[in-house]
Amino acid sequence: MALVLLAAPLLTGLIRKVKARLQRRRGASVLQPYRDLRRLLGKEVVLADNASWLFRTAPYLIFAFTWVAASLVPTFATGLLFSWTGDLIAIIALLGAARFLLALAGMDVGTSFGGIGASREVMIASLAEPAMLMVILSLALIAGSTQLSTIAQFMLSPAAGLRVSLALALVAFVVVAIAENARIPVDNPATHLELTMVHEAMVLEYSGRHLAMIELAASLKLLLMISAIACIFFPFGLVIGASEAGRYFVGLGAYALKLAVAGTLLGIFEMSIAKMRVFRVPNLLGGALMLALLATLLLFVSVGL
Amino acid sequence: MIVALLICIVGLLGLGIAGVALALRPLGRAVVYGGAAGLCAVIGLLALVALGRPPSTIVLPLGLPWVGAHLRLDALSSFFAFVVGVGGAGASVYALGYSRHQEAPQRVLPFYPVFLAGLFLVLLADDAFTFLFSWELMSLASWALVVSHHREGDNTRAGYIYLLMAAFSGLTLLLGFGLLAGATGGYAFEAMRAAHPSAGVAALVLALALLGAGSKAGLVPLHAWLPLAHPAAPSHVSALMSGVMTKVAVYAFVRIVFDLLGLPSWWSAVVVLALGGITAVLGVLYALMQHDLKRLLAYHTVENIGIIFIGLGLAMAFRANGFAIGAALALTAALFHVFNHAVFKSLLFFGAGAVLSATGERDMEHLGGLIHRMRLSSFAFLIGCAAISALPPLNGFVSEWLTFQAILLRPGLPQWGLKIMIPADGALLALAAALAAACFVKAYGVTYLGRPRTAAAANATEVDRWSLGAMMGFATLCLLAGIFPGVMIDALAPVSQALLGARMPAQLVLPWLSIIPVAASRSSYNGLLIFTFLAASTWLTAWAIHRFASRAVRRGAAWDCGFPDPGPATQYTADSFAQPIRRVFGTVVFRTHETVVMPPPGDLAPARIEKSSRDLVWETFYAPVARAVTATADTLNQVQFLTIRRYLAFVFLALVALLLALALWQ
Repeated sequence: MALVLLAAPLLTGLIRKVKARLQRRRGASVLQPYRDLRRLLGKEVVLADNASWLFRTAPYLIFAFTWVAASLVPTFATGLLFSWTGDLIAIIALLGAARFLLALAGMDVGTSFGGIGASREVMIASLAEPAMLMVILSLALIAGSTQLSTIAQFMLSPAAGLRVSLALALVAFVVVAIAENARIPVDNPATHLELTMVHEAMVLEYSGRHLAMIELAASLKLLLMISAIACIFFPFGLVIGASEAGRYFVGLGAYALKLAVAGTLLGIFEMSIAKMRVFRVPNLLGGALMLALLATLLLFVSVGL
Repeated sequence: MIVALLICIVGLLGLGIAGVALALRPLGRAVVYGGAAGLCAVIGLLALVALGRPPSTIVLPLGLPWVGAHLRLDALSSFFAFVVGVGGAGASVYALGYSRHQEAPQRVLPFYPVFLAGLFLVLLADDAFTFLFSWELMSLASWALVVSHHREGDNTRAGYIYLLMAAFSGLTLLLGFGLLAGATGGYAFEAMRAAHPSAGVAALVLALALLGAGSKAGLVPLHAWLPLAHPAAPSHVSALMSGVMTKVAVYAFVRIVFDLLGLPSWWSAVVVLALGGITAVLGVLYALMQHDLKRLLAYHTVENIGIIFIGLGLAMAFRANGFAIGAALALTAALFHVFNHAVFKSLLFFGAGAVLSATGERDMEHLGGLIHRMRLSSFAFLIGCAAISALPPLNGFVSEWLTFQAILLRPGLPQWGLKIMIPADGALLALAAALAAACFVKAYGVTYLGRPRTAAAANATEVDRWSLGAMMGFATLCLLAGIFPGVMIDALAPVSQALLGARMPAQLVLPWLSIIPVAASRSSYNGLLIFTFLAASTWLTAWAIHRFASRAVRRGAAWDCGFPDPGPATQYTADSFAQPIRRVFGTVVFRTHETVVMPPPGDLAPARIEKSSRDLVWETFYAPVARAVTATADTLNQVQFLTIRRYLAFVFLALVALLLALALWQ
């Protein structure tokens, strides 16, 4: 749990550095997000006059939901102590609960910015979440379990070969991860123009320590998604069960390498395309949903043939 | 055991008579609602005790002289009686406070206990006559409650359509029971269980059961009465109708298809799965387009009925393929959702009733900012919204998780229809769940959050202690059912054992109280630990922040980009919140169309936006039938105005035709 908490801002810093470099800037240091968090934690919170108790408690709850979900995802080893308490469906539902609270917090102050963010967020979620659940269904059909550690173990074993459904599921998963984490082309994490905001619009009223927690939760969510993609589709170097200390170092190194590669690829991808119009996003997510559904259907009809 | 239940039901009928006598006195409310709460609680407890025991039967010398009234309390009836008991007790406690401001209590008080009695009698009935009598009693009592405020709005039309659909459901169930009884005429359920109808008759009975029970439960396309009738009734009755009566309709379907018909065929499972999936998605899409709070909740009931029928369809599919344990898992998931929905839908209707009694408004566009004025009820409503959106660690998530596990259980079923329908249903279920969360962000955000849009919302006060007690009680029940799901799963084991011959593995013996539906290697979920982790993380974060970070808070104006905010009209309304989803889904499903009329430059007239949408289910299924009936009636009406010579010729021709028929018959 502590590892994901410490690594998340570093990943965000790396992605920003890559994007800055591609824009021919020097960019802030990769440790800047830590400094940002420390700065925000020290500032006083400015609350709107009519902000309610929900607005004040939501950042803590959002952070807690995201942190618990991130702790259930194997990073460099599958032997997490309590991984059996929640499977992939529970992880996605925990992230959905965080998003539910964030949308409500956006509606709380009663400005049009919050409404715009919340309504667009639930529209994106109404397509991204089913696509994610269909990806989980197809993975569960291949691996015989919805438990993430079991899926990772299965993918490392020789029983998992190259399958069409896996490729379709990977594409759908990546598209959904981009949508869920508010990256370009679905949403711009660096913008504050109202026509382009989704996630930023919901958190516009937050400041100080509340904003710090929400930013950390967003970084954690990105780390969670990348760790999930890494441990399912690229499980090289993952430590299965108990092992000697040397294997753990190798696993840790492999994990750090995967995060670095994923961050760099995400940065390059974000720099190479522009943000989509809001009502083109359902086309993209609908495509991901269809791919995931196709993956599940293929598995359903191919078993027993 | 069954005698005790019958005594309580007679007690409820007695309360109905007492309601007639005491209606206009303040004592009447306390007697009727307090008595109903007590009796429902007793029945619920008795049913819980009876779950583990063998079935008990009784034959009363009432009704038809040569048949009598057969009543039976077995595992399925006990479980549903428990659900109805919980729902009825909660609604009665809520009504103790809510009905204080109700005008015309004499139109509600006599019928309320009779409605409850009818609900319980349907569950106990063991022969077709008693079943249909209780079904009609339930329908008529609830119709009287729906039209109790007949001068308000559209309530008479709602009651009329409700009565038509109730008569339709009674007729189809009558035909179904007639087919099941067959030529021998054995109307007792025992005889129907022993008889094995042919495949054609079984298909017809299933179709009639789907029509009859489905129209009462709210399956698309038979759902049209639900969003009209449920909001028209007083809020405690709406909670009963949505949370409990629809479940009694589900009971009727389970009883006929799983118990009386025997082994279902695989293609009937495909039909049920298809209807369930379509109902789930259409219900929530309709709900997203509403801005009347109670109508939104009523449409949402349609969605949850769809989810229950998806579970039932899966159980039928697995049973038709001989996979009894899978059928047990699917049936347990469906019945767990029956309980969950009864609890959180009642809670949500209680909240809507609280809003209505505090502000006099049902329309979300006139509300807002109620979280500051109605603190406790807004908290309870939030728990209800989170539960119905299937968020962990509450109970809605557990039943949806179990349904997904049932979908994943056996992809290798041999029939192609099932191979395609089950993953399609998985996608539809996922879509319905995501849209439900969107719907309740809208409902809670527009009603309770933001700034008040009218004076009524700005001056709302918290409701009384009885209503709050009922709401907080149900909210606690949502949390408990989510944290300890093993209790409910083990309680449902006798039901699936009796109906399917198999049960899910025992859950309460598992370490840490997790639930493992199939095998530990496949999947497991621990609601208690997830809740503990969430609570611990929240507390730890709050402590760490308050210890090491700044604690200062300053109040200021909301961010307005430098333009002073003109007023609460600038915040998002229910329609504007739903606009992205309406544009994505509504253009296909409802043929929504938006036109913007901009005045020419220099003109001071405001710009206008017009939205139009069509209810395709109404236009395809209901409007043509209504037109055909009206046209036929108009044509046949001419028979009323014939001359005497034509009437005499009519009588003569009828006599000749009947004599001919008699001659041909011989």
